[in-house]
Amino acid sequence: MFSNIRSLWMVFLKMFSKRVTIKYPEEKPYLPPRWRGRIILSRDPEHNERCVACNLCAAVCPVDCISLQATEDENGRRYPEFFRINFSRCIFCGLCEDACPTYAIQLTPDFEMGEYNRQNLVYEKEDLLIDGMGKYHGYSYYQQAGVAVGVKPKGGGENESEPVDVRTLLP
Amino acid sequence: MNETLFQILVIVGVLLGTVSLAAALIYVERKMLAVWQQRLGPNRVGPFGIFQVLADMIKIFFKEDWIPPFVDKKVFILAPTIIMLTVLMSFAIIPFAPGVVVADLNIGLLFFFAMSSLGAYTIVLAGWSSNNKYSLLGGVRGAAQMISYEVFMGLSLMGVIIQTGSFNMTDIVNAQKDVWFVVPQFIGFVIFMIAGIAETHRLPFDLPEAESELISGFHSEYSGMKFGMFFVGEYLGITLVSCLITVLFFGGWLGPSFLPPFIWFIIKMFCFILFFVLLRATLPRPRYDQLMSYGWKLLLPLALLNVLITGAIVLSAQ
Amino acid sequence: MAKIYVDNIEYEVPDGKNMLEACTSLGLDLPYFCWHPKMHSVGACRQCAVMSYRDENDTRGRITMACMLDANDGTRISINAQPAKDFRAGNIESLMINHPHDCAVCDEGGECHLQDMTVMSGHNYRRYRFQKRTHNNQDLGPFINHEMNRCIQCYRCVRFYNDYAGGGDFGVFASSGRVYFGRSEEGTLESEFSGNLVEVCPTGVFTDKTLHKHYTRKWDLTSAPSICQGCSVGCNILTSERYGKLRRVMTRFNGDVNGYFLCDRGRFGYEYVNDEQRLTRAAQKDQNSGTDAFSAMKDHLASNPKLIGIGSPRASLESNFLLKQLVGADNFYNGVSAIENEVVNEVLNVLVKGNVRTPSLAEIETYDTVFVLGEDVTNTSPMIALALRQAAKNLPKEKAFALKIQHWNDAAIREVVQDEKGPFYLATPYATKLEEIATSSVHGNTKSLVQLSSKVADLISKGGDHQEDNDFAYRVANALTLSKKPLIVSGCGMMSKEIIRCAANIAGALRNAGKEVGVVFSVPEVNSLGMALLGSAGSLDDAILQTEKESGMTSIVLETDLFFRTNSQKANSFFEHSGKTILIDSLENNSTPNADFILPAGTFAESSGTMINNEGRAQRFYQVFKPNNDIKSSWAWLDMLMHQAEKERNFDAIVEEMANSVNAFQPISGLAPHADFRIGTQKIPRASHRFSGRTSMNADVNVHEPKPPVDEDSPLSFTMEGYHGKAPSSDIPFFWSPGWNSVQSINKYQIEVGGPLHGGNPGIRLIEPSESGVSSFEVNDGSADNGKIEALPSWFIFGSGELTAKSQAIMKRIEPAIISVSSATLKNSGIEGNGKITINSGEQKLTLPYKVDENVPAGVVLIPYGLADTMGITFPIYGNISMD
Repeated sequence: MFSNIRSLWMVFLKMFSKRVTIKYPEEKPYLPPRWRGRIILSRDPEHNERCVACNLCAAVCPVDCISLQATEDENGRRYPEFFRINFSRCIFCGLCEDACPTYAIQLTPDFEMGEYNRQNLVYEKEDLLIDGMGKYHGYSYYQQAGVAVGVKPKGGGENESEPVDVRTLLP
Repeated sequence: MNETLFQILVIVGVLLGTVSLAAALIYVERKMLAVWQQRLGPNRVGPFGIFQVLADMIKIFFKEDWIPPFVDKKVFILAPTIIMLTVLMSFAIIPFAPGVVVADLNIGLLFFFAMSSLGAYTIVLAGWSSNNKYSLLGGVRGAAQMISYEVFMGLSLMGVIIQTGSFNMTDIVNAQKDVWFVVPQFIGFVIFMIAGIAETHRLPFDLPEAESELISGFHSEYSGMKFGMFFVGEYLGITLVSCLITVLFFGGWLGPSFLPPFIWFIIKMFCFILFFVLLRATLPRPRYDQLMSYGWKLLLPLALLNVLITGAIVLSAQ
Repeated sequence: MAKIYVDNIEYEVPDGKNMLEACTSLGLDLPYFCWHPKMHSVGACRQCAVMSYRDENDTRGRITMACMLDANDGTRISINAQPAKDFRAGNIESLMINHPHDCAVCDEGGECHLQDMTVMSGHNYRRYRFQKRTHNNQDLGPFINHEMNRCIQCYRCVRFYNDYAGGGDFGVFASSGRVYFGRSEEGTLESEFSGNLVEVCPTGVFTDKTLHKHYTRKWDLTSAPSICQGCSVGCNILTSERYGKLRRVMTRFNGDVNGYFLCDRGRFGYEYVNDEQRLTRAAQKDQNSGTDAFSAMKDHLASNPKLIGIGSPRASLESNFLLKQLVGADNFYNGVSAIENEVVNEVLNVLVKGNVRTPSLAEIETYDTVFVLGEDVTNTSPMIALALRQAAKNLPKEKAFALKIQHWNDAAIREVVQDEKGPFYLATPYATKLEEIATSSVHGNTKSLVQLSSKVADLISKGGDHQEDNDFAYRVANALTLSKKPLIVSGCGMMSKEIIRCAANIAGALRNAGKEVGVVFSVPEVNSLGMALLGSAGSLDDAILQTEKESGMTSIVLETDLFFRTNSQKANSFFEHSGKTILIDSLENNSTPNADFILPAGTFAESSGTMINNEGRAQRFYQVFKPNNDIKSSWAWLDMLMHQAEKERNFDAIVEEMANSVNAFQPISGLAPHADFRIGTQKIPRASHRFSGRTSMNADVNVHEPKPPVDEDSPLSFTMEGYHGKAPSSDIPFFWSPGWNSVQSINKYQIEVGGPLHGGNPGIRLIEPSESGVSSFEVNDGSADNGKIEALPSWFIFGSGELTAKSQAIMKRIEPAIISVSSATLKNSGIEGNGKITINSGEQKLTLPYKVDENVPAGVVLIPYGLADTMGITFPIYGNISMD
């Protein structure tokens, strides 16, 4: 009983504290850089699409709102033919960013995506792809991967040795 | 002739006043909840959002008034009118200022009890006619809760009646010229207030409509203005209980003469309305069995004790 | 049975197994790489290390490779002992040192045995921070992608490609850390079974190039159990779809049929399903399409009750049955040439009336002596050739077993066997690929082969000793009489009834001699034998004659391109003389412009049905997706034409009707679970539980997700909703088990590894020989027109199949149409120099370039079967050749 009255008093005192909400559209809230908002696709330092269409983001998505199809350019460098996020289903959990092995998919501090028409919440690759590297600078997946695909000569990536000469007899 | 005109004015004034006050409470409650929860609250419609009431009213009037095909149609329509009716009838006996009362009945308080008992029907009938298991559960809870708390709500006021010796509301106010009944009847006041909350099924005693468990309970199936009637009925109930507390325990219109009596009445009443809102902002909903055992095992004996002691003191004083 | 102890728990296992097999069969998870249930153990990868103990008092134990440890009575091992676990984790770590960070762009990712084993072994973090070894890749042709960086040197690829499948153009190069698996020089892999490298390789060194073009991860594929339609063997396959396109074909294990493997035609010949030439709309010539066309069709049928139906050996049994019901038995013709119809009917006749059993594909591997008569099985039914290659190893292996080498000890057995092959005789019209393993072979025209085989049969029935004679017939007869389990292989490749009878006679003679003999016939199409069992009023030629006799009949042509089956003159005559033509087919071909009405038929990807393979095994295939156009199963169209109802009948109802009205098909109603089959209350999902993008894949069209299609014809559902445990063996839509994402998860579906599936291998044999069957059939060896040149078909695994030839990857492997002829034949006909030659029989005439091949017998020319330039020819042709 006493605790109830005490709580009544404490809640009453809240009347004189600072408000925790703000007048949103007039005042903008502070969004930290790692805010999980609108999803983008970034590019690598060579300005190529970072996404290699590995499908891990789609697989990990708990609401299955990502779909894509892989294709490749004339060098065999794989990229998504289409990449679609249905934001009307997205829950901004950020698992896709966690799963992405190439830092391609990133969540950004932007949540102002409201639409009157639900169809407009379906974002295709051209809506998602940005020109920069997003949060992660300097990373290029193909420098780490073993495949060459026109990005580097075979064995030219980071921590790779020259291709083996299979005809040598040296031990 | 003049008196009749005045009487009509009072009736119209009370009707309009209470109903519009109840509507305004929608805004007051939302704003005050926000204030106590460190939010901004309604601030979009008009300065400080005061036209929110208007917006809410427009919204509620223009919503589709849907009657689901599976309900018992007649009863379904009837149910929300009962609460409006009974609560508005109860206002008839409230003396807002000397002479400003619709019907200065000598059985005033009994009339209030009669009306508030009838109020239980609105929940029972709404819950029953909706033909929905959640609504029915809400209705059953409501019936049990209201009938239980009515018992000691009546008993809690016995002390006041014993001290006044009358059921007439004006008499009760006048009897408080020297000291408000809240002082000698503090226990009665506390019990009445708790019972009052239960009677109006306001938080924390809103078990019949518990959103989280019963998806709004007895009025799950209601929409549009029929829902609006429940909504406004609830605020009318708060107003009524606040008025009664004012009249019965805080000396009604009595107060220092630098303000007119009516204003004193309104100020006191508003304090209690705000207190109800504060309760809502603070307390969690008890479990249903806790509510019942609290009523029957604590409040009822307490109320009886209060009657006994008051009676004894009054008798011994004679 | 042997009692073994694994982690102190006692188990009973069959004798003759190694511990890895035993543990895997018991459902225990033990990592491995180099071991394969079909290729057994070499103990190379060191991944299946366990602690083995002398007895229950031995507390120290020692690390042993489970795959090299006999599962004897009292064998005591521990999988979970810490030293073994550490050893396996360390081993994986060493393997991963050079494995690239490729998973995101690797086609194996998500179904990679290396991924699974890494997770299973608990190697979580790479400690190696130095340089990784790299390799240059090779272009291995249109089927296989090569990425050598990913190799973990398990040697499975060479062991499969060279030792199991008999390939010669692939090998292992260099030494130590530089070991390289590939060809000596870049180029197309020549083996017909190269596609199996995709499944054999535990990681992503060899991946499916056709899948690569429209890559989809395994978990995103909607898959269904199906039957390969590439040839008559009826291998069990898994078809996989995504976004309305067929993405790939994988092996569906069936211990009685194809086991773990598939041929390249079956694996890569699926792309025609996605072709732009697909018929997708019901259409009326130059008029309506869609439902209007269909009602116009029905109106026409209502007013023209006189019908003639052309059935097809590449259509399902149900479709052909319904067509027969619709047009009446007297008007139902088999849409193949007269000679093909005759030969296939003869195969059925021999199998039904004869007293020799035809073995299943898996059983072929158990025979020890083989005689192939007239059939180029490598090209007509490649999987039979693969099985024969295994059969050829059986006798030499006996030597190893005599040395007490265990059956599973692959390296030791190979050391003993070396290149030795069992008795394997070939008598074919031209040099086939199996000649590599043949003891002896002979080539001849139809007449000479008939004479030869009659002599063999004769010699066998006479019994006696023919050892001294060097004549081919004597040697074959000897080998067959000496063998324990002889096998005769023949087929319709020469389009000769006599050859079939000769093969049956040899088998019959062996049967009479008390041998456990088998006879295998290859037939031309996936459902040829089914058509023969169903019965028809005649061949396509008879149908054409019939229309010429009684013109104006409405014809219903089911999945037959008349221009593929007969020459254009006859085909045009058919379309001229018949009234309106309703064509039910899947791909645009030469017949479609001649049809008045077209109904788009589903291929094996969009339709369900039953096929009967060359051993008379009825097998069910299921549709993998519902297309969003008019395409339907042929039987569904026919059912809608037959009945007034708008909605087609359920598939089971049609199967039931068929089983009730055709005696031979009685068992088919119990072939697979019916559509109302449920596990608990659930259907079997075609998609995996990880299927992604459901709320997004159709969002570009409409953000409101459509209701998923419902399958009323099978116990399978089109979505991921359903029972995710093990399905009945005939209805397994994909192989997956927790922790086992790769094809190796098949282990979990088998009673014992490499053995039958839980619930038995699917399929029902409809033909069994009777003890009192005929052992000898009359042979007429004077069939060839003397003095004339005989043109025989030469078969090509890539190109001879009507539909598979329209797949892009296959098209790259199709060779140009060239006549093969020996110089002697050319000389006799007075042909010299380069250019084209014409073969003319009066009835048929064909002009093509030629090449000299001395292996072709004199008096014979070989014409490639079924290529774009040679389709519509009916073999054999007897005529003259001349310079063009």
